[in-house]
Amino acid sequence: MSATDVATRESLLTNFQSPAALQYRRVRQVRDAATRYVMAVGGISVIVAIVLIAFYLIYVVLPLFYPARVDKVREFAPPGGTGAASLYYAVEEQREIGLRITADGRAVFFRARDGSELVTRNLTAETTAQVVSFGAGDPAQYTFALGMSDGTAVIAKHHYSTSFVDEVRRITPDVIFPIGGAPQWIDPAHRALEKIAAQFDGDQLTVVAVTSELRLLLVNLSMEKTLFGETPEIKRTDTEIPIPGPVTHLALDVDQRELYFTDHDGFIYYYDISRKEEPRLIQRVTAVPDGVDITSLEFLSGGISLLVGDSRGEIAQWFPVRDQENNYTLDKIRSFRSQSSAIAVIRPEYYRKGFLAIDDDGTLGLYHATAGRTVKLVKIEAEGGGPMAIAPRADGMLIESGQGTLEVWDVRNRHPEVSWQSLWGKVWYESRQQPEFIWQSSSASSDFEPKFSLTPLAFGTLKAALYALLFAVPLAIMGAIYTAYFMSAGMRNIVKPSVEIMAALPSVILGFLAGLWFAPFLEKHLPSIFLLIVLLPAVVLGASWTWSRLPLHLRQRMPEGTEATLLVPIMILTLLVAVALSQPVEVMFFDGSMPLWLTRELGITFDQRNSLVVGIAIGFAVIPTIFSISEDAIFGVPKHLTTGSLALGATPWQTMVRVVLLTASPGIFSAVMIGLGRAVGETMIVVMATGNTAVMDLSIFQGFRALSANIAVEMPESEVGSTHYRVLFLAGLVLFIATFVFNTVAEVVRQRLRVKYSTL
Amino acid sequence: MQPTFKQWLASGSPFIWLNAGAVALSMIMVVGLLALIAVEGLGHFWPGNLADFSYTESDGASGRLLGEINDEEVVARAILPENDSRLDAAGPVIKRYLVKTGNRDLTGSDFRWVLMPAMSAMEYPVDAIAIERREWGNFYGYLDGVKGTEGVSSDSGDLWGRFQAEIEYANATSLEIRRIEKDLIGAINYKIERLRLDERRLEIEGTNDPDILAAIREQEKELQRQYDGLTARLPDLYAGLNRSVFLMRTADGAQVEMPIGKIVRAYRPNDMGFLRKAAFYVRKLWEFVSDEPREANTEGGIFPAIFGTVLMVMIMAVIVTPFGVIAALYLREYAKQGLLTRLIRIAVNNLAGVPSIVYGVFGLGFFVYFIGGSIDQLFFPEALPNPTFGTPGLIWASLTLALLTVPVVIVATEEGLARVPREIREGSLALGATKAETLWRTVLPMTASAIMTGMILAIARAAGEVAPLMLVGVVKLAPSLPLDMNFPFLHLERKFMHLGFHIYDVGFQSPNVEAARPLVYATSLLLVIIIVILNLTAIQIRNRLREKYRAAEQN
Repeated sequence: MSATDVATRESLLTNFQSPAALQYRRVRQVRDAATRYVMAVGGISVIVAIVLIAFYLIYVVLPLFYPARVDKVREFAPPGGTGAASLYYAVEEQREIGLRITADGRAVFFRARDGSELVTRNLTAETTAQVVSFGAGDPAQYTFALGMSDGTAVIAKHHYSTSFVDEVRRITPDVIFPIGGAPQWIDPAHRALEKIAAQFDGDQLTVVAVTSELRLLLVNLSMEKTLFGETPEIKRTDTEIPIPGPVTHLALDVDQRELYFTDHDGFIYYYDISRKEEPRLIQRVTAVPDGVDITSLEFLSGGISLLVGDSRGEIAQWFPVRDQENNYTLDKIRSFRSQSSAIAVIRPEYYRKGFLAIDDDGTLGLYHATAGRTVKLVKIEAEGGGPMAIAPRADGMLIESGQGTLEVWDVRNRHPEVSWQSLWGKVWYESRQQPEFIWQSSSASSDFEPKFSLTPLAFGTLKAALYALLFAVPLAIMGAIYTAYFMSAGMRNIVKPSVEIMAALPSVILGFLAGLWFAPFLEKHLPSIFLLIVLLPAVVLGASWTWSRLPLHLRQRMPEGTEATLLVPIMILTLLVAVALSQPVEVMFFDGSMPLWLTRELGITFDQRNSLVVGIAIGFAVIPTIFSISEDAIFGVPKHLTTGSLALGATPWQTMVRVVLLTASPGIFSAVMIGLGRAVGETMIVVMATGNTAVMDLSIFQGFRALSANIAVEMPESEVGSTHYRVLFLAGLVLFIATFVFNTVAEVVRQRLRVKYSTL
Repeated sequence: MQPTFKQWLASGSPFIWLNAGAVALSMIMVVGLLALIAVEGLGHFWPGNLADFSYTESDGASGRLLGEINDEEVVARAILPENDSRLDAAGPVIKRYLVKTGNRDLTGSDFRWVLMPAMSAMEYPVDAIAIERREWGNFYGYLDGVKGTEGVSSDSGDLWGRFQAEIEYANATSLEIRRIEKDLIGAINYKIERLRLDERRLEIEGTNDPDILAAIREQEKELQRQYDGLTARLPDLYAGLNRSVFLMRTADGAQVEMPIGKIVRAYRPNDMGFLRKAAFYVRKLWEFVSDEPREANTEGGIFPAIFGTVLMVMIMAVIVTPFGVIAALYLREYAKQGLLTRLIRIAVNNLAGVPSIVYGVFGLGFFVYFIGGSIDQLFFPEALPNPTFGTPGLIWASLTLALLTVPVVIVATEEGLARVPREIREGSLALGATKAETLWRTVLPMTASAIMTGMILAIARAAGEVAPLMLVGVVKLAPSLPLDMNFPFLHLERKFMHLGFHIYDVGFQSPNVEAARPLVYATSLLLVIIIVILNLTAIQIRNRLREKYRAAEQN
């Protein structure tokens, strides 16, 4: 210590008003205040960080429920001139370029930003006939067909090639003719094609057309790749389908296997054309009541569902449903009654199960089929329902208004597939036989209908929690009663920490043992578990009875409260006996294998990783929680209550049941709630010890898929910001809220109990 | 005095005994579980004897099998195929053995069940060899000869001794190859990548200073030269791995060529006494904790997983302790006690019960995509579109687990603060100390062990947590450790391996679960030991602390 330091110190101690002392005191004050602020800021920010979890989950989930928005951003005169009517509009993926097809056979590509023409292609350069009809193929295939007045058809695709010049994207539009620019003869008799529908998938082209003399013709060109030849051989099939009267709408599915058409009487004709030479009428159904006309017919993306718009403004979704005998019938699945005048145009989205509809009043409706949801209704000034286009990513539209202008609309409709019904209710999905709860978030095929029903997952979570608590609650509470009230103090000091260490066992280890050791073990020794349910209590009671018959001097050797030590060897022996007995029991009663017997005789499916295994494993994980909290509650019951009861002559057990348990019951209740919270959120055990199939079945021998496991398995693969991602967050939020509610109830009950104990 | 049945029932003792039974069963389950893990985990490394026996297949063909008998069970005759002539004489139950026959490349699987009635002429030949290979699992067979540079020889004196010497040479060579490929070339690649990023950054910033670019090119050239120098040494080393090939014979007489480069170690278990087996056991155990995994994690060691777990937990502790303590100090010492603090306490308590997977979801969305993505935009634009911090990694895992465990630290610290007697605080204040000084000099030191307890419990919880890590940074096989000799040494953005995830991955995602199972048990044992020790320490500290204050309160 230097001399000045000593001097300062002395002056501090002797003279409180010296400048040094004042200075020192000021520093201390500043330090104190600084600490106060650091603590406040630090403390509050930690608490905020914790609260942030809930808010962030909500922040991610909320966009699922935002209403859709549509805005008209600009309008301009239809590119290519108003001389000829518009047959069709389309937009390419980036929404930079639009396409208009006119009634005089031109394809006009224009810039979507300002309507300036880019390229115009004459589609009918090789013919002198007039365009009389137009049919668009599946939107994602970009194919369309023009029906001509001389019985020919022009088949074309619009096509966009992207190139990067100096890191700037350039999109070049073009029209290609997949089977050549020369028109194809559809009707050799040269009758005009008044209605046309076509699909082309690269290997196969099918054209269906109605000619002026009410003939329905089907032409199929399939390219059969020969084994050696470079040029594919084209095989043509011509068929005529008899029709009773005028056809109002034609629809051909993208796989070219089904044909639908409607007539003036409101019938839908459903044809199987998978064998092109022999089209087969499967069904004729009445789609609308008398006096109502079908005004539009369109496929939903994927080509399975049919959308039928009628003159009342109703849109109905139909698809073929397979019955027990593998026969298909066209069924009305659901209908949308949001619009009030005849549906003029329906346009499906490219990749989702959504669609747009415009009616004669100029109302535009945004719908989602799976969710059964009318996402948005908006009045647009397009009376008469001009042709329209929806952008491939469903983020924009082109609408030709009644005033002869082309309007560009922005659409923000990110998550139409989410509704209360689609998340929690039964939904009739495409190709299913009835409405069901299904979780299936992704699939390899592109025309996949995502199935976001959280019900089977929540069911799985609750099933796991139910079986876990069935196993854990009796064991934990009975154990707590004994440990807190009857056990000797010395033993209690060993037992309680041991059970608490059990709580620290990583669930991944429990899951691993449950899945790889216990599940196979149980499959081999299934009867032993049922034997144990009977044997263990019986053996314990037997031991108790025997003990009471033993001579007093023997009994007095054993200190009170140590029955459990006596029971350990007896119970281990019982366990071993049960396992050893399992084999003979199986041979005697179950033809050698109980799981096989269950399946054969009772028709119960037996999964190796089933709810029994999970129940026991999760039960194992929650026993310590329930045990520890209820033990505290029982142990905390004031001593004067119990001594009073005993003094009045009650036996210890009567005191336990009538006084202690009654007083401690809120504590035990909160222990069970906290245990429930832990069982609901358990992840690794569920991931590892169940098959993770989302079946809804209470069977103890089958697996399930829980919310938590589903998040763990699917989260890493889900695309940020997608509906799937947000629905998984929603699942997390559900778990959060559930456990938060359980824990809060438990905590409040516990705090009340504490107050009660202190007043007793 | 013996009670009648009625008296016995009325005394309530059967119910008390039932309750005792529940405790006994719980204890049996806990101890049984730990014993199961210990036995299965520790047994794995013991070299089992190799049995050579004749076996009749179901089609009547007969041959010899060589392998380690791992397990046995008794099955009902009824669940086995009906028309099996080998079982004609058997009773209603049949014993069968699980034999590890190895030679997966020849037979397609490592294990097979053999029926006891079809086995005969079992012996334990002294010269039966078990070989651990770099690929295809174990090989069991006999040593026939060597195909060296001087041609095939079968009786060159001490063939076994030569075999061992060659294996040692091959192992040394492999080690050298690994050092060059992984450490040296890895470091060069890392530097080249950094140069590429530097250049890209300059490009983004628009400062195309030719001098700097030239310097970068120069460095790149230098690194490339070093790289070429290193790779030039590799062909020779690789050739060394094939310099001699030993001829092996399987139990059924098939000849197999075994280049030394494919062998990790070879031993003759039937020839080893207890002591040599014990020494072998210790070596294997050491390899397990210190070596890198082989064969998609199913063989070799788990060092990277241990390292990753420890490092992640350490970073987490560094984050969680100060924040947890500050929050607790604020709640108990500074905040006005009232409804709000009570609500906060309930909330903090409840968060300890929120499922860990929810934290994982939060960590992925908030830390990884939101914060990490923003960091990438601001500081690492040169690497985009490849994410640097905008992808799961060590730091995000540590932060997520810190958030998960912060309630533990808060609760433990608060408990410690509550136990500090009021007189001590008041005494300090009365002597003129400010509140900060009182906290810092008297209260905190007295709370130190409570904080310690909280930290240990937090670490124990974090070490065993897997579900959130699956979302925020753990991978099955990390190419490099998050701590190495390349600047900045600690790579917080890297993905890492973790013991708990290792258990999940090897046990449930690996193609050869049966072969990997013992390794999973061993890993589980290690994890359980770590966690039980941590918990016991925390309990011990807490008990000592309570004693200390009980003493302080009485004085």
